Amino acid sequence: MTKGSPRTHGVASEFVGQKSELHMTIDRIKCDGHGLCAELLPELIRLDDWGYPIFAPGPIPERLAPLAQRAVATCPVLALALRRTQVSR
Amino acid sequence: MSGLRLLAGPDLRSGAEAFADHTRRLGTPSIGGRPLVETLVRSGLGGRGGASFPVGLKWRAVAAAASKGPAVVIVNGAEGEPQSHKDRLLMATRPHLILDGAFLAARTLRAAQVVLYIGEEHKTAWAAMSRALAERPHAERRITRMAGAPNRYVAGESSAAVHLVGAGVATPTTTPPYPRERGVAAVPTLVQNVETLAHIALIARYGDAWYRSVGRRGAAGTVLLTIAGGVKSPGVLEVEAGTTIEETVAAAGGVSEPAAAVLLGGYFGVWLPAAEAWDVPLDGEGLRGRGLALGCGVIGVLPATRCGVCDTARIMRYLAEESSAQCGPCFFGLRALSDACSRLAERGTNRHDIARLQRWAGEVPGRGACKHPDGAVMFLRSALSTFSDQFSSHPAHWRQQPA
Repeated sequence: MTKGSPRTHGVASEFVGQKSELHMTIDRIKCDGHGLCAELLPELIRLDDWGYPIFAPGPIPERLAPLAQRAVATCPVLALALRRTQVSR
Repeated sequence: MSGLRLLAGPDLRSGAEAFADHTRRLGTPSIGGRPLVETLVRSGLGGRGGASFPVGLKWRAVAAAASKGPAVVIVNGAEGEPQSHKDRLLMATRPHLILDGAFLAARTLRAAQVVLYIGEEHKTAWAAMSRALAERPHAERRITRMAGAPNRYVAGESSAAVHLVGAGVATPTTTPPYPRERGVAAVPTLVQNVETLAHIALIARYGDAWYRSVGRRGAAGTVLLTIAGGVKSPGVLEVEAGTTIEETVAAAGGVSEPAAAVLLGGYFGVWLPAAEAWDVPLDGEGLRGRGLALGCGVIGVLPATRCGVCDTARIMRYLAEESSAQCGPCFFGLRALSDACSRLAERGTNRHDIARLQRWAGEVPGRGACKHPDGAVMFLRSALSTFSDQFSSHPAHWRQQPA
């Protein structure tokens, strides 16, 4: 069963026996190291010595999904995206 | 140098084999279409450009993606690895094996376009491939053109090849989508190394069982290698897969002086202490089990009189400069790693730079659009482990001038 919050764009799995995971993807060529993502989501993103983001491993916890969505929307060069994947149990 | 398969036939010193001689010696391929794809899957042939991707699976993927329209075939002869010579030797001496493989791919995958993507500085290879193409039937020539790969390390990466052919810029692009799904002009594109295509040309004549009939220690087929550094007869050799590094070095005349380490796979490869290297069998599958890779097939022997730290610093400098400067972690990260290596080499060991190297080596991999930063860091990590004594007690000067 899903443990998704209803605020996360409504794609949390409704299928019995499946759950979904939220992942952040980045286009490394687009990313210019503005660093807003790390400001908005320090729980999961830190910056390296040159200002480029390093993501915490694993899926994004559902409670942070709204913040992740905001980080994606705020990126000045649109380098970030969220992807929800179905994970079979 | 006696070739087993790819290099069999007339003396390599007599240059490119003409189409008529090639056809007289080998006949024409008898397997094509769907059966060829399955034959390639069964052969177990892996790509020889560096990543060892299974050829049959790649062809299946392109064929599936191309079911709605025509595909593109890119013949990858960029060979940007400085120490590697096997691709240019093959292009210069057996161009029709490569072209056989390319046009088999074109017919099987219903490609409307074949591009010969060849390193601009490989003049002899370019001329041989150009002449060979002129000898082919009109139907093949009509769909084929040549494109020069700039003399840059990343130009041979498959998305960079697609980028050059489609847009004139030989820098890698973000994947996925992979070229096999969406390549030149957004159509499925097969990017295949020239050695791989030459093996395909023979497998299409003699079958997968024949391909697997040579090979040692459970490995299948033959591989082209470039033996460089401290050996008596450096150069390109064709050996049975599964031959050990020791046997390969012996075939290159043996070491010219006692060896300290072996660089397996070129600048994208790993350093191994000589004592551990000799027994390693050269075979894509077997190496993967040991966490190693054949890469582009370069075996570099480091004599004990040379300094591993200085050589590592020099190669890291090269790899940093060869970043296509598109992704921050690669451009800035490799530069910082290279600077730290150079400081260790020029001014001697200091614990701060050692600590920085270790931290950055953990942070940089996996954070580029292509594998350039990953390969450079894997190379550096192997140096830190193979030359750990030298890194912790390096004197404050370059022990050798750059070669």
